[in-house]
Amino acid sequence: MVNLMVGLAMGLNLVALGTSRLPALIRAMAMQGVALGVMPVLMEHEFDWRVGLVAAATVAGKGLLIPSLLRRAMRAANIDREIEPVIGLVPSLLLGAGATIAAVALGHLLPLLPEHAGSLLVPGAMASVLTGFILLIGRLKAISQVCGYLILENGIYMFGLLLIHTTPLLVEAGILLDLTVGVFVIGIIVDRIQRAFDSLDTRKLTALRE
Amino acid sequence: MNSLLDLLLRLALWLLLAPLLPGIINKVKAWVAGRRGPPVLQLYYDLARLWRKGVVMSTLASPGFVAGPALAWVAVAGAALLLPLGPAGAALSFRGDVLLVIYLLALARFGTAWAALETGSAFEGMGAAREVSYAVLTEAAIIAAVLALSVQTGTVSLATMLAPSAGAGAVLLAAGLFTVLLAENCRVPFDDPNTHLELTMIHEVMVLDHSGPLLAVILHGASMKLLFFALLLTQAVTPIGGWSRPVAYMMLAGGVFAVTVGVGLVESLLARFAFRRVPLLLTTAFLLCLFALLMAWKGGAL
Repeated sequence: MVNLMVGLAMGLNLVALGTSRLPALIRAMAMQGVALGVMPVLMEHEFDWRVGLVAAATVAGKGLLIPSLLRRAMRAANIDREIEPVIGLVPSLLLGAGATIAAVALGHLLPLLPEHAGSLLVPGAMASVLTGFILLIGRLKAISQVCGYLILENGIYMFGLLLIHTTPLLVEAGILLDLTVGVFVIGIIVDRIQRAFDSLDTRKLTALRE
Repeated sequence: MNSLLDLLLRLALWLLLAPLLPGIINKVKAWVAGRRGPPVLQLYYDLARLWRKGVVMSTLASPGFVAGPALAWVAVAGAALLLPLGPAGAALSFRGDVLLVIYLLALARFGTAWAALETGSAFEGMGAAREVSYAVLTEAAIIAAVLALSVQTGTVSLATMLAPSAGAGAVLLAAGLFTVLLAENCRVPFDDPNTHLELTMIHEVMVLDHSGPLLAVILHGASMKLLFFALLLTQAVTPIGGWSRPVAYMMLAGGVFAVTVGVGLVESLLARFAFRRVPLLLTTAFLLCLFALLMAWKGGAL
């Protein structure tokens, strides 16, 4: 069942790489967040309320709160919805596919616990991290870079799921809170960039001026 | 004697049920748009009407103009007979029949494109070129999907490949195969079956000069292809082999109906894509099927 969700997350990575619209990118990211949130419940054999709490918080945070913040930032900044890729859509799709294939093929080289050997969590996590990197490098709009960062974080979260029994609940909650605050701050920054430069194109942020 | 009866029964089932699907799609589209829409059985009436009409032939056309659609229809019917129907199995099943199915579908496409080129019109040649260039990408996706199923189950026969579910990659496989279904059957994000705008037609261009019984054969073949892909998608994704007979038949019918309604909804809610974006979508479909293959390879059962 967890593998099914990891598969869904991998498919959504592809969708995020292949789409040319910001709302679709945000939606793909939100759905991935929900898929990730469901995973800890599916991994447990008997229901534990703490795990349920983590799952509910993840679904609410990654699936609802962060996407709505991003959508608000997008509306407030009043930008057009087209993504401007530096790396074209088909090349980035192929790069992402190559990264996923490499992650699946090389995932078993890592020294894993025997109970995680058959799981696709590790390849899925690596694939998401690499997809996040490609989005961060290959997109110009600040909001799509935020989405890349969030997909990267989703990958790290999937790694964290392997350790769900040993990480305290507080750490998980702290990470989620950090992330939400981060996106909140980014939302404000996006607004500021928009006011100062009349665009969200990060190319304009590379040159220093007095 | 018994097997002959079985074969005839299957063939009759395929021939009679197939034209129902486009009717359902049109009904769903009309329902979403708030219209009453044509009756569900409209394609049956159309086929009967076309069958009684005469044929207009170009003076340039060789016998290939007639042979093309016939070849395409026979190839699709052959592929249909090889596809197992849940617990009833296929009319003919052997090791590696899935390869024959892929080639029969390719042969059907060749037949339609051949007949289109026979008219000697540049416009139809353009349609054939478009159709075939999309097919390059969809075929890659189908082959990846078939490989995924075959790695998952460890067999190369359709009957055993389709019985269990697709395992961990089921979601990916479903999304990939559904996109392939839309592309192969010239449905909306790729091609609009209702369009008569020269710049954007693909499949409709190819059949533009066919009339009467020939057009009826082409339309019926197209609806059979739709039913074929809907059945393939349903059986590939659901664990149909694990249920008792009545439940399995219900699942099969329900799955085909769900796929058909899904096509109708996609068609109502999406606009067709610009040409330059189509390869992107088809590449995505191919990669989805490829990921399903990866998951089948590494993930094993659920």
